[in-house]
Amino acid sequence: MGRLLQFNIFRYNPQDPESVPHTDTFVLEETDSMTLFIALNRIREEQDSSLQFDFCCRAGICGSCGMVINGRPGLACHTKTKDLPSDVTLLPLPVFRLVGDLSVDTGSWFREMYNTVESWIHTKKTFDPSALEERMDNGTAEGIYELDRCVECGCCVAACGTARMRQDFLGAVALNRIARFVIDPRDERTDQEYYDIIGNDHGIFGCMGLLACEDVCPKHLPLQNQLGFLRRKMGITALKSIFRK
Amino acid sequence: MQTVYTDVLVIGAGLAGERAALECADAGLSTICLSVVPARRSHSSAAQGGMQAALGNCAMGEGDGPDVHFADTVKGSDWGCDQEVARLFVDTAPVEMRRLAFWGVPWNRVVPGKSSYFKGGQKYEKVEKEENKGLITARAFGGTAKWRTCYVSDGTGHSVLFTMDNRCAQLGVEVHDKTEAVSLIHDGETCFGAVARCLKTGELRVYLAKATMIATGGFGRIYPNTTNAVICDGGGHILAVNTGAVPMGNMEAVQFHPTGIVPTDILVTEGCRGDGGTLLDVNQERFMHIYEPEKAELASRDVVSRWMTHHIRQGKGVPSPYGEHLWLDIRHLGEKHITGKLREVYEICTSFLGINPIHQLIPVRPTHHYSMGGVRTNKDGAAYGLKGLFSAGEAACWDMHGFNRLGGNSLAETVVAGGIVGRKMAEYALGAEVIFKSTVIDGEARAQEERIQALISGKNGSQSVYKVRAAMQEALNKGANIFRNAPDLEACVATLQDVLGRAREVGLKSSGLGASPELAAALKIEGQVKMALMVAHGALQRTESRGSHNREDFPARNDRDWLVRTLATWKSPEDTLPTLAYEPATQVFEIPPGDRGYGKTDVISAESKKE
Repeated sequence: MGRLLQFNIFRYNPQDPESVPHTDTFVLEETDSMTLFIALNRIREEQDSSLQFDFCCRAGICGSCGMVINGRPGLACHTKTKDLPSDVTLLPLPVFRLVGDLSVDTGSWFREMYNTVESWIHTKKTFDPSALEERMDNGTAEGIYELDRCVECGCCVAACGTARMRQDFLGAVALNRIARFVIDPRDERTDQEYYDIIGNDHGIFGCMGLLACEDVCPKHLPLQNQLGFLRRKMGITALKSIFRK
Repeated sequence: MQTVYTDVLVIGAGLAGERAALECADAGLSTICLSVVPARRSHSSAAQGGMQAALGNCAMGEGDGPDVHFADTVKGSDWGCDQEVARLFVDTAPVEMRRLAFWGVPWNRVVPGKSSYFKGGQKYEKVEKEENKGLITARAFGGTAKWRTCYVSDGTGHSVLFTMDNRCAQLGVEVHDKTEAVSLIHDGETCFGAVARCLKTGELRVYLAKATMIATGGFGRIYPNTTNAVICDGGGHILAVNTGAVPMGNMEAVQFHPTGIVPTDILVTEGCRGDGGTLLDVNQERFMHIYEPEKAELASRDVVSRWMTHHIRQGKGVPSPYGEHLWLDIRHLGEKHITGKLREVYEICTSFLGINPIHQLIPVRPTHHYSMGGVRTNKDGAAYGLKGLFSAGEAACWDMHGFNRLGGNSLAETVVAGGIVGRKMAEYALGAEVIFKSTVIDGEARAQEERIQALISGKNGSQSVYKVRAAMQEALNKGANIFRNAPDLEACVATLQDVLGRAREVGLKSSGLGASPELAAALKIEGQVKMALMVAHGALQRTESRGSHNREDFPARNDRDWLVRTLATWKSPEDTLPTLAYEPATQVFEIPPGDRGYGKTDVISAESKKE
């Protein structure tokens, strides 16, 4: 017989007038290769069909299942129960609006973020369907993809001291997104234009350098390097604009 | 109840839906996409390998062109596809890849000079031309004559989807995420939009539109073991099935992917085999070259999956607590390649299996993967049966895949079809005069409210939706799998009819308040069982083997009687079986039915006379 796992799960349904925030406890017998995806589905199907949580790809690719697992934000789908003690506490990600139980609304937060940073290629060119594609160095393409790998799970935001204190902080994910466009030769924005978006306290100067974002990133993105890269670049931009005055 | 009006409503915000929405937004139409998850979590994001388009830039793609791509696609489909649509697809694909590059996709590019590659475990050399430096490059995939699959490492779907969603934000396409359509509003002739449920609050909303598109991806979750995301549950198809007017095409055509990992059925990309990975048996010996000397591991998916199952049946499978499996070997590709171009594979193996594919073998077995069938449309993407309704991507049976889809053709289809159908839909919406009938709209909204109340109150019964779902999945798994035969299919249909009765007696255990996941499942279950019956009943009637549909009792491909597409309609809500009809597989033949060059089977030719 496998271990008996005790799951302490945060419960609250904002749409139910009788619901109050509390913790429910569920007990499951551990099976081979059990992940939190398997465990939570079993709890919902066998013990409490009202339990809310989010999974989508269940393969670590889509970023749906970010939650706080024994105090640490992470993806539930690739968290194996054998790597956890028999007592497991699950909480929804902070910062994002709660939908219910472990489910939060990351979609609205991220849409607002990419409207703020204008997360698209800015170019004056128009597409010519009859022309060959513009050439690009393969190394450059791979460099862009390195930063493009973010799955917007929200773990870095949830783990961020600044984001917990100030609602307008863009977070490591947004700075990483900007860095992706800064190194993309197709984006014609100037350093000054980037500076106008992130050269302030809700951008690069809000970071306290606690490094938690990078520690919890399930895709192992070099988030602090990007922040450093942008700070140096934006610092130079700021100096230039002072001398220009 | 809140009513939202828009010119165009796209149900689904994956690649096909968003690509179509962009065409409509570009035409100046107001466009809303509904999505059950934030758009970037759509299952399009999970596609690793790449997109087929005959650019012919890389050394191994020299001499490629739309004609070669066309021949591969038609052969891949085992002559089950609509050849007009396949032609449209192959001609448009290269332009779409370039457009994606323009929008921001960081495609891998040609690097000039000598480099090595693997095929069948052997190392070979190739030389990339200086003049092609920096153009979009490609990798090999199964069933293709040339290297044609454009890729972004093994995160192609992710990268393209993020680019597409960026573009949607730029052009002001609204995405209403965590919103699920629960029924179409129609009067039997014209579609007026949909009733949808907010998955944040549980409230119902009416969306009215001149043109509505179903682009909700596949329905793999009606099977128990599938590579599909949990949202690929057929929600979009059910909307169409429940109209009683819109037929589903070729529902019996279900693809199994050779390399789902054991036990979780997460997919590792065909790029593994394309880049030179091999399949090994219990003795760690290759076997695919015995069955397919020419193509070996790079035959089409239907063929490889079938031989793998056959080989396991010959006693060459690897025993495990989860049943027998085979091995995928990519060790010889080396650390740099595996942690670079196959990094998602590396991460899946380390995170979910606890094995390191640089030094260890990956346990794999054929797993349900793709639905060739779906909402039957014409070549413009307009659904049969209702005006103003369109469909694109895996949700649709536009039909360039016939009875087996080639790897890299579905991700390409999402953007190519999304573009083509999106333009047609915009044309329709700009020219259409739609008169919304308030009695129809109010009636549909009320019907959905009543359906939800009945489920919450337990008025219909107290069957558990999860148990009914498991019974449906098990029945399909037993009866309508890789190998099929009459007795198993008959049993499957009978079981599913029983399950259908239970699905009509589902009642909730929870309050159903708010986002209630149990209510979401319960609203779908009857429709899911109807689709399962379309798969099983269609497969029972089709007495031949074609592509992924493999009848042990009818091993020959029968072009004389079955060069047709199945159309399955659920005519009346009380029916216990779908109504089947047939139409020619294609109106136009550029290539007459012939040998595929792999997966040898007998063919009963169209010319042979009936006795």
